Amino acid sequence: MKVGVLALQGAVAEHIRSISLAGAEGVPIKRREQLQDVDGLIIPGGESTTIGKLMRKYGFMDAITQFSTQGKPIFGTCAGLIVLAERIQGDEEAHLKLMDITVARNAFGRQRESFETDLDVKGIDEKVRAVFIRAPLILEVGAGVEVLSTYKDEIVTARQRHLLAASYHPELTDDYRLHQYFVEMVRSQSAAAQK
Amino acid sequence: METGTSTVKRGMAEMQKGGVIMDVMNAEQAKIAEAAGATAVMALERVPSDIRAAGGVARMADPTIVEEVMKVVSIPVMAKARIGHYVEAKVLESLGVDYLDESEVLTPADEVFHIDKWDFTVPFVCGAKDLGEALRRIGEGASMLRTKGEPGTGNIVEAVRHMRLINSQIRKVRNMSKDELYAEAKNLGVSYDLLKGIHETGKLPVVNFAAGGIATPADAALMMHLGADGVFVGSGIFKSDSPEKFARAIVEATTHYDDYKLIAEVSKNLGTPMKGIEISKLSPAERMQDRGW
Repeated sequence: MKVGVLALQGAVAEHIRSISLAGAEGVPIKRREQLQDVDGLIIPGGESTTIGKLMRKYGFMDAITQFSTQGKPIFGTCAGLIVLAERIQGDEEAHLKLMDITVARNAFGRQRESFETDLDVKGIDEKVRAVFIRAPLILEVGAGVEVLSTYKDEIVTARQRHLLAASYHPELTDDYRLHQYFVEMVRSQSAAAQK
Repeated sequence: METGTSTVKRGMAEMQKGGVIMDVMNAEQAKIAEAAGATAVMALERVPSDIRAAGGVARMADPTIVEEVMKVVSIPVMAKARIGHYVEAKVLESLGVDYLDESEVLTPADEVFHIDKWDFTVPFVCGAKDLGEALRRIGEGASMLRTKGEPGTGNIVEAVRHMRLINSQIRKVRNMSKDELYAEAKNLGVSYDLLKGIHETGKLPVVNFAAGGIATPADAALMMHLGADGVFVGSGIFKSDSPEKFARAIVEATTHYDDYKLIAEVSKNLGTPMKGIEISKLSPAERMQDRGW
């Protein structure tokens, strides 16, 4: 099973490593045609303004929307979460608008406020080490969105059917359980699609 | 909850990978850089080529410039402190700058000691010409590296030399036996533990960008081809005829560094690049890369 990692900018190699630890093959995606070869997609951390611009430039907006319409799972971490969101707080234009959430960028402050902590995530047995770097927050979720974890009462992990989003960077630690969770989503989706 | 850990500091640099960090001298340039797709901006009073032209002592930027830049962009803002200038670095940290560059572009404040970078919550990037410098800076707490190159010259040759040297030294260390590693740690003037890490993983424990002399989209792509994780562009952008177009072209060439048709396309009609300086024409005192040790 193949999971693509959008490779326009950001922490691509780390996600590919975590995906392979979770038992699937990670593939860097630089061109939209490559989306045909993968069963799931990760939009990594990086700078959301840069990733958003390059996605528009290279025709990824329609291609990823179509990918999502087919029910194929997408996992956004940090900048990836911002790119998935339907609404961004402030006057900034949202990107893919796939997930029924409102996000706030740099919600914890600047780099000196970046931190790591242990987090309870629904569906994962023991606490997950979560690294928050100039991280966004989920301010509101729509009816179809399940909240998987909170930090100080703020939403930091959420799922809407085949879409998964986290404010932090599971790819920066050796703990690949969140990737395992996502690989499981991809596996059950492709099994269902083959029936 | 812990702030300022190595994971958080080094992770911040990981998020910059595949990106372009641009030197800017005011809020207006910062906005142009962000709109062009820069992953961060370096707020400066003067770009390296102007520092070269002006001569004299180059210091940390006026905090007003740094604050103005921080106000207008949502991407990370970096700023430079002089080598060994603990207080300039602390002042910049207090302003809320996201990344500090202990930089040879400015006139060193200390000819023996670099800043103890472990003593900061905000991460540091430092320049290196070889593996010895790279590991000494990591030992002092740097969370990101960049080649020194020869800043403000528009001449890529030194950045190429530094990137190639570091990579070939890593390959050499990778293949050493344990007894050779002890002697190599002494030769390079680095800690045995850091060198052992290189031996075991075959790579640096932090991100390594290219910097110093990148003047065209093809220069940026060349550095990516040589294994850089991303690029810093200093004087190149805002000294060019059409900064906006030039900045976008560098961003695209960095992302698609192996797509030569695309690089050809974005390189069209960019106007005159920086004139550039032949390295052998620089006097020893003008060589910024020899600052730091």
